[in-house]
Amino acid sequence: MSTPTLAVWKFASCDGCQLTLLDCEDELLSLAGQVRIAHFLEASSAVQPGPYDVSLVEGSITTSGDAERIRHIRAESGKLVTIGACATAGGIQALRNFGDVAEYASIVYASPQYIDTLATSTPISAHVPVDFELRGCPIDRRQLLEVLTAFLVGRKPDIPDTSVCTECKRRGLTCVMVADGTPCLGPVTHAGCGALCPAQSRGCYGCFGPMSGANIPALLPQLRSCGMREDDINRIFATFNVAAFSDEAEKDQG
Amino acid sequence: MTVSLLARVEGEGALRVRITDGQVERAELNIYEPPRFFEAFLRGRGYAEAPDITARICGICPVAYQTSACNAIEQACGITLDQPLTVLRRLLYCGEWISSHTLHIYLLHAPDFLGYPDAIALAHDHRDIVERGLALKKAGNAILELIGGRAIHPVNVRVGGFYRAPTRSELAPLAEQLTAALAYAQDTVRWVATFEFPDVELDHVLMAAHHEDQYAIEDGDISCTNGVAFSPAEFPQHVVEQHVPHSTALHARLDGRKYLTGPLARYTLNSTQLSPLARRSAQEAGLGPTCRNPFRSIVVRAVETVYAVEEALRIIKNYQRPDRPSVPVPSRSGIGHGLSEAPRGLLYHRYELDADGLIRSASIVPPTSQNQAAIEDDLREVVAANLALDDPDLTTLCERTIRNYDPCISCAAHFLDLTLERQ
Repeated sequence: MSTPTLAVWKFASCDGCQLTLLDCEDELLSLAGQVRIAHFLEASSAVQPGPYDVSLVEGSITTSGDAERIRHIRAESGKLVTIGACATAGGIQALRNFGDVAEYASIVYASPQYIDTLATSTPISAHVPVDFELRGCPIDRRQLLEVLTAFLVGRKPDIPDTSVCTECKRRGLTCVMVADGTPCLGPVTHAGCGALCPAQSRGCYGCFGPMSGANIPALLPQLRSCGMREDDINRIFATFNVAAFSDEAEKDQG
Repeated sequence: MTVSLLARVEGEGALRVRITDGQVERAELNIYEPPRFFEAFLRGRGYAEAPDITARICGICPVAYQTSACNAIEQACGITLDQPLTVLRRLLYCGEWISSHTLHIYLLHAPDFLGYPDAIALAHDHRDIVERGLALKKAGNAILELIGGRAIHPVNVRVGGFYRAPTRSELAPLAEQLTAALAYAQDTVRWVATFEFPDVELDHVLMAAHHEDQYAIEDGDISCTNGVAFSPAEFPQHVVEQHVPHSTALHARLDGRKYLTGPLARYTLNSTQLSPLARRSAQEAGLGPTCRNPFRSIVVRAVETVYAVEEALRIIKNYQRPDRPSVPVPSRSGIGHGLSEAPRGLLYHRYELDADGLIRSASIVPPTSQNQAAIEDDLREVVAANLALDDPDLTTLCERTIRNYDPCISCAAHFLDLTLERQ
């Protein structure tokens, strides 16, 4: 069997999710022995042509050029895995979907006419079929290794889609919402981080996006009783996974 | 003619060079990174949200964004941190310097000097060297994970300090790991000192944060090699950003002039404040008290890594758990300016807050947009001095010139694809 090829692609993003691959200090060299890293611009100037067995895609689609580019990447990729909140949900830059992008451009740039941008920031799955979506802002290193291993050997990744609460309990942490009255999005947020924030005496702020079947209406009274005002609540759901939480809230109302 | 994509930079951009009749007519660093409009959607957000939101501008230096944001907002709200919290912030920041500098030295920059396309290929021939680099980088990440909760986009930073301060015993294993890392960091300086460096001297004004008591990292005033010095609040009077058509990054000018920030600027302005060990490392590596050769920036980063490891060890040794993890920050209307030394250079934030603590306006000036004009200037000179080279060799040299600055194009806005037009 020939060595499988891996490609890493970037769209609108902060580079943090592809950096997660380079942060696998103990595994990077052995991974490089198992796969041929054929396209990873952040790490290598050696670029090999497709097709690629597995493509990791970071970032969201915010320009017409990028909407075209992702179609070429899909066509050249055996399996396409999106990594991180930008690629799976549009990222924090999807806040523009709820505002006026022309106004945004005029606030940041003196000459907005130079700027080429779409009115929306959309996940990769809105443009091409995606084989797996790995959540997180940023993604978790162990989960990335699990997904890569699974796709390279041809099995399904073992990535639980339960809530952060399950991880928090498993870690034996005291519930920050019950014990301290700290507002926490753990009950509705997709697992994967290992309950990082409660471990720092902080409430979860939802950077992995909504879990499947998140019951957001049930959480709202709890957040209010922890002292959050309506605009605080609106803002805490409107960050790195704003579009995903917004879709989830609509489902709950529908 | 499109020659190649620019690799091993954080983010994506392109270089366009036009040569007419043997003269370099234009050298433009095009930044294609799609705009993400952070300054626009920060309006109307709560001040407490700024550290986590601005961290997402850059996955390589999130602590820099968090720290500059905290500094600015704390100033606007008129609070100062308890001393132990400032020290803990410095420790966290040392973690980012170690991790980010080591990433750049081993994975992005060293392959240029040794003729490899990447660190994986380098590891085929010199596995022990790359493993040393990864162990050093891991030590930096260990600080970020222990103090910050995670290495990329730490969760434990808040305006006023931290959500939770670690106990002394939690830090003990970190000291062991850093003691080993200090030897790796010194070996790194010795290793990069053996590289061959083209003879180049920059004459740009250099600008860096300066702190009277220590090598400036997490805070400071500003000093420049032309003698100009000012406080963070005076930054907007001296530095003006311009929007140029070929880039989604804004170009900054210091009193109307091109200038450079980053490791060369920090070292040139503040090298006497480095620890004796870091100064000795620098001396053994052939650095004087200043350094204006951008190719030697890899040596300066290695020296700064020695310093950051040593500084982290010093802080851990003297650490007593702070009485409280954060200082309360009552909201009030006002304007605050904050800066810190991101691994790539000075990072400035300004926020205007209303009485309810909502952000009325935000302004962020990242290192790469400050350096972009100077980088273009250097490219123009490099191309002009090497017109006899064929296109592939000239391309390689241009890419190396750009990588000297470790440009973080994600921050400045991102994809470097290089176009040479000869007419």
